[in-house]
Amino acid sequence: MDMMPKWAEVTLVPLISLVLAAILSALVILAIGEDPVEAVNLMVTGALGSTYGWGYTLYYATNFLFTGLAVSVAFHAGLFNIGGEGQAMLGGLGVALACLLIPWPHWTLALLGAAGAAALFGAAWAAIPAFLQAKRGSHIVITTIMFNFIGAAVLNYVLVNLMRPPGSMDPATARFPEATHLPTLHDILLPLGINFSKSAPANVTFLIALLACVLVWFLLWRTWLGYEIRSYGKSEPGAKYAGISPVAITMIAMLISGALAGLMAINNVMGEAERLVLNAVEGAGFIGIAVALMGRSHPFGVLLAAILFGFLYQGGAELALWTSIPRELIVVIQALVILFTGALDNMVRMPLERLFLMLRRGRA
Amino acid sequence: MDFLTFIQLLDSTVRLATPLLLACLAGLFSERAGIFDIGLEGKMLAAAFFSAAIAAVTGSVWLGLLAGIASSMAFSLLHGVASITFRGNQLISGVAINFLAAGLTVLIAQDWFSQGGRTPSLMGGARFEPIILPFADSLGGIPVFGPIYRELISGHSILVYVAFAMVPLTWWILFRTRFGLRLRAVGENPAAVDTAGVSVVGLRYAAVIICGVLCGIAGAYLSTALQAGFVKDMSAGRGFIALAALIFAKWRPWYALYATLLFGLFGALETRPDVIEALFGLKVQGALLGALPYVMTVIILAGFVGKAIPPRAGGEPYVKER
Repeated sequence: MDMMPKWAEVTLVPLISLVLAAILSALVILAIGEDPVEAVNLMVTGALGSTYGWGYTLYYATNFLFTGLAVSVAFHAGLFNIGGEGQAMLGGLGVALACLLIPWPHWTLALLGAAGAAALFGAAWAAIPAFLQAKRGSHIVITTIMFNFIGAAVLNYVLVNLMRPPGSMDPATARFPEATHLPTLHDILLPLGINFSKSAPANVTFLIALLACVLVWFLLWRTWLGYEIRSYGKSEPGAKYAGISPVAITMIAMLISGALAGLMAINNVMGEAERLVLNAVEGAGFIGIAVALMGRSHPFGVLLAAILFGFLYQGGAELALWTSIPRELIVVIQALVILFTGALDNMVRMPLERLFLMLRRGRA
Repeated sequence: MDFLTFIQLLDSTVRLATPLLLACLAGLFSERAGIFDIGLEGKMLAAAFFSAAIAAVTGSVWLGLLAGIASSMAFSLLHGVASITFRGNQLISGVAINFLAAGLTVLIAQDWFSQGGRTPSLMGGARFEPIILPFADSLGGIPVFGPIYRELISGHSILVYVAFAMVPLTWWILFRTRFGLRLRAVGENPAAVDTAGVSVVGLRYAAVIICGVLCGIAGAYLSTALQAGFVKDMSAGRGFIALAALIFAKWRPWYALYATLLFGLFGALETRPDVIEALFGLKVQGALLGALPYVMTVIILAGFVGKAIPPRAGGEPYVKER
């Protein structure tokens, strides 16, 4: 029996969680002696008040879209992929190799090639935990956490010892060649007569992320494979009884998840930095968890949540610039969102369910 | 490599293993009771900050330790409320706690001290000083035993000895007391414990609180004994290495000691590349050595070398049947 109508489930529960997180964040801001209203004003003007702000907001949102989709696909299969961070790191390595080793004639081809490499490397980094979960029964959460650290160590080693250009002290690769530079939103929107900020990092990858949203939706709700993934996530014994192979679904779902996380690298490595640096991911893999939880693992919800977090990130950077509130405020908000939409879900849900039951009884 | 270098290496192994050991035993209590805890990292970090902050303000390291334990316990209770009372996802709750601690510590540190998210350096009574055991100097002249006693066994802070004493104590509590039996049972088959008329919720809260206390000591050790003050993200993944050690130790106290000492040794070797070169004649990258605990844990988890079987009811919220 459904305790709540569907619309309440998808809108009220995340909204109330968000409001709770916002109230607590406001209290935190008050506690450190700043004005929450003023802070929100600053964040809105900083992140949404100019095309420059929008450029950053959408740039961050692109990262979070990929990692959020990655976590969502795994969630649908009943798997918790905490390894988005490591998979995105390795995706960056794939992008760097593709951009530096192959002389691309044009950015479109480079984009295709780099995206393929990013997805491949990300998927490969998810493959081992997936295989161990499917075949050896080791817990995917623990192995993906371990793989985040192993990935960081591998990247550190590769950047310091193998890919660092001679004579450079910086643990980073050489700059990518001109032909691999992706057009920014400024370049795309100029022919349409829109003068978008030139210095903002948002680029064509944002459109690819939107495409990924649609594709993930299509995969999950309009294909046979998506049906199998979702049924496996809902009930393992039920799926088994229907002839769905747990090993195959675990592997496929994690490979898709890893590929999506890896794809993030075309935004941050190829689109923004145009070289691979240490810590290029900057925690976006973890924010994907908050984004997926808040978006209820639905691509459209993930899109909204990713833009919200993009706003928080850019707004938070502006706050740190103009007030004494450090950037870590965003980490606190992110934690509160994960807490309320993920772990304390029942705390929000139980009273709501009771309320709807009362309403229903009143009507009957 | 001479004998003294070897002893020094073991000495820093002990120093680096101590926070791992405390956090590992913390996780052991929690997970044995069926509550997965990937928030060890966050609790350590919170305790590291609050113990350093209170020690810096009051000048008393003992008040700092208490504050550290209290803050870690507060996070533990949050984890308990989310995963026991509201039957939420324990893994997600742990992730949230890690981020909450990472953000709040810097935020509060900036607000209180305005030093870019760190506390002032601790001095004198605001730090745990090394304890020189009796006769350390007079016995130091004896060959072999002398240096071992003077350099390795003596000269650590009180928390190191506390951590090592916790191993037999944990073993005794878990395997020789009624409370321990029930705690282990609640992690394997909570329904049976419930049928026997013992509170599942009560036992799990007790386990989570013990976990908080131990994580608190671990965090306090980081900022008031190992180092002199809090810096941003100073737990640096130690909570996850402790988690790895817990799996490596197959959720057993004595094995936890060996696992954390091994991982502590890796940490010590990481800072001494010259020793590795002398021993094995090859240059090993520090970064790769740092990843070794994680690699070993993955191999153990995969069951290629022995099998690590977690408590059966781990991660499952207990729902009383009606």
